[in-house]
Amino acid sequence: MCDQTFLVNVFGSCDKCFKQRALRPVFKKSQQLSYCSTCTEIMATEGLHENETLASLKSEAESLKGKLEEERAKLHDVELHQVAERVEALGQFVMKTRRTLKGHGNKVLCMDWCKDKRRIVSSSQEHAVTMPCTWVMACAYAPSGCAIACGGLDNKCSVYPLTFDKNENMAAKKKSVAMHTNYLSACSFTNSDMQILTASGDGTCALWDVESGQLLQSFHGHGADVLCLDLAPSETGNTFVSGGCDKKAMVWDMRSGQCVQAFETHESDINSVRYYPSGDAFASGSDDATCRLYDLRADREVAIYSKESIIFGASSVDFSLSGRLLFAGYNDYTINVWDVLKGSRVSILFGHENRVSTLRVSPDGTAFCSGSWDHTLRVRGMVFRFPVCERREDG
Amino acid sequence: MERVVVSMQDPDQGVKMRSQRLLVTVIPHAVTGSDVVQWLAQKFCVSEEEALHLGTVLVQHGYIYPLRDPRSLMLRPDETPYRFQTPYFWTSTLWPAAELDYAIYLAKKNIRKRGTLVDYEKDCYDRLHKKINHAWDLVLMQAREQLRAAKQRRKGDRLVIACQEQTYWLVNRPPPGAPNVLEQGPGRGSCAASRVLMTKGADFYKREIEYFRKALGRTRVKSSVCLEAYLSFCGQRGPHDPLVSGCLPSNPWISDNDAYWVMNAPTVAAPTKLRVERWGFSFRELLEDPMGRAHFMDFLGKEFSGENLSFWEACEELRYGTQAQVPTLVDAVYEQFLAPGAARWVNIDSRTMEQTLERLRQPHRYVLDDAQLHIYMLMKKDSYPRFLKSDMYKGLLAEAGIPLETKRRVFPFTWRPRHSSPSPALLPTPVEPTAACGPGGGDGVA
Repeated sequence: MCDQTFLVNVFGSCDKCFKQRALRPVFKKSQQLSYCSTCTEIMATEGLHENETLASLKSEAESLKGKLEEERAKLHDVELHQVAERVEALGQFVMKTRRTLKGHGNKVLCMDWCKDKRRIVSSSQEHAVTMPCTWVMACAYAPSGCAIACGGLDNKCSVYPLTFDKNENMAAKKKSVAMHTNYLSACSFTNSDMQILTASGDGTCALWDVESGQLLQSFHGHGADVLCLDLAPSETGNTFVSGGCDKKAMVWDMRSGQCVQAFETHESDINSVRYYPSGDAFASGSDDATCRLYDLRADREVAIYSKESIIFGASSVDFSLSGRLLFAGYNDYTINVWDVLKGSRVSILFGHENRVSTLRVSPDGTAFCSGSWDHTLRVRGMVFRFPVCERREDG
Repeated sequence: MERVVVSMQDPDQGVKMRSQRLLVTVIPHAVTGSDVVQWLAQKFCVSEEEALHLGTVLVQHGYIYPLRDPRSLMLRPDETPYRFQTPYFWTSTLWPAAELDYAIYLAKKNIRKRGTLVDYEKDCYDRLHKKINHAWDLVLMQAREQLRAAKQRRKGDRLVIACQEQTYWLVNRPPPGAPNVLEQGPGRGSCAASRVLMTKGADFYKREIEYFRKALGRTRVKSSVCLEAYLSFCGQRGPHDPLVSGCLPSNPWISDNDAYWVMNAPTVAAPTKLRVERWGFSFRELLEDPMGRAHFMDFLGKEFSGENLSFWEACEELRYGTQAQVPTLVDAVYEQFLAPGAARWVNIDSRTMEQTLERLRQPHRYVLDDAQLHIYMLMKKDSYPRFLKSDMYKGLLAEAGIPLETKRRVFPFTWRPRHSSPSPALLPTPVEPTAACGPGGGDGVA
């Protein structure tokens, strides 16, 4: 004779489907519920699904990642420097510092050009517009030239309308726009004065409405601090790229908040990202002492700009107007100028006495400005270019 | 950095080492500054200036120290002797340089020879004395012990150890005015962000899987096609890039002459030839330039399709405008462009129109995106090519002139412009920044 277990059957309405059935007790998170047999079975398989497949989810993700790499590699039929062989080499550049701006009392951390091509806003460890925190790590000029935005360790991005009236206290008119839960690392206006895109150490980017301070869209996906961002110069103006401490560069759709593409080939924090002028690619500078070019249509990294003698990280990158030159500022106080197509270094510029923290080419491409921890900003232009007649081993 | 330093010490391929005679003592394994620079230049195929810079950086971080005059960390490319720092003192070991150790070091210096402490060191010494007064006996005792132990070593070793220590402290407690190479920016990778994703639970992987699936599904373009695109883009824009090809009449930053900016102001009577050429590169370039857009609007007016551009502009205003204005703007756009019988009705295909009207019930800033894209493509594929072939554009192109280069007084030689100009003759008296145009042009200066 088998042991007979007696089950007490309770009839009633199931807590899940509300149908009148025979019920059995079920414990969910130490709460007792009464489910009918069908619902119990469903719940049992669900729970099982949860626990047992965490490992299989992980392996599935990894195998998909491998497949993605394979797919990307399939269409890679030629390297950039091979294609660029038939392009004329650039020769030697002579670039001279034409302006040295010495107003800051401390390290210059960030700068931006005004669209009028002549004015610059820069931020430093002690800010000219009095702010409560010490490190102001991000600043941006509004497209109209009438306002600037900045932020840093105060976790906020504030917009200041610009006035040339010395009597007006700029700090009084400041408007606090963005609120993050960690430091602000980068900010940029979109096509107008009324929207700001921010990146933060809390791992997210966000789009804000300046007037109301309302959060319009947030972008989650980075696994660590986001250090930089850049808006795409595309016709439809809908995407931007961000780089972070998780070594990933991610391309986002501003409308939906989704990550459209991601690239993870750097070996360390990505300090700076900048779009190629056509909008089909972007460059990134990282603490692993390399700059890399990623193509969006081919969906892969297409070039690495590195040299054995460069052992310090790149803090800031920007393209010249045609996209032929890539300027990169490094933590060893130098600026290296790369030939984007050939992958070689065109020039190395000295002059700063501490690390170069920020670098931007002017909107009309006539000059570029670099800011450094040595408290100065230097504006440099191209003075002369020797056409190619003798090839040096330099790069 | 360590990689470089280790390879420098390689007995076969490293920097030539020799025994250095310093006063009376002989120090083995010393290198000269110039040798270091030469070796770096050769190994990395760089110029001497860069090799010197790299060497200086190594010295500043304390990986190489000078045997003579270890007061300042500089690399002199001459016969000055240097040695490689022992790994014990390497900055990457990240031992926090403790106050106590520094106090002991300063005390040793003080005891050994009174008056060798430099000003800032004296200040530090006094401050530390106040700060760790309770442990001062310990400090002095340790200092004396270390000095006594050192006396039992050979003079050569003593000198080396003293230099090593001095360099270590110069790096970790830099004198005022010298850059602090150990300084880092504000902390990154803070726990907040890492805590968020510490638990890589099922959700995280599910999202990853979804992302990868979508990514696998996207269409990719062959590398060769993409890379060729760069070549043509750079080739096309090269002459327009001031940093690559220079600009005419002159780069305002270099010559301190504003003429270039005046001639290329957003709205100017006679745009330059380069600028008009750019309008032909892409529709986006045309629209981004206010003058180009204005001319295009004129052209559209002649074709009775000006409302397309106006509609596009209104949509842009909606997309990038203030949140508060969204409802009013949407209404305005509807009234003017989309409503049946509207004053400036735009011709959108019926399906898009239906969808848009449906969505207009719940207006948000992206509600007109589809309609905007449709009109944009219409203009781009239809009106824009006709514009480029039109007499209007051809006329603008013919009228636009190439400014002559202004002779620069700074340099003795003249710089040949990369962009060929019709009359390369330089102006005889370059007092005013005259921007005289080439044949057939009007005055460039407003």
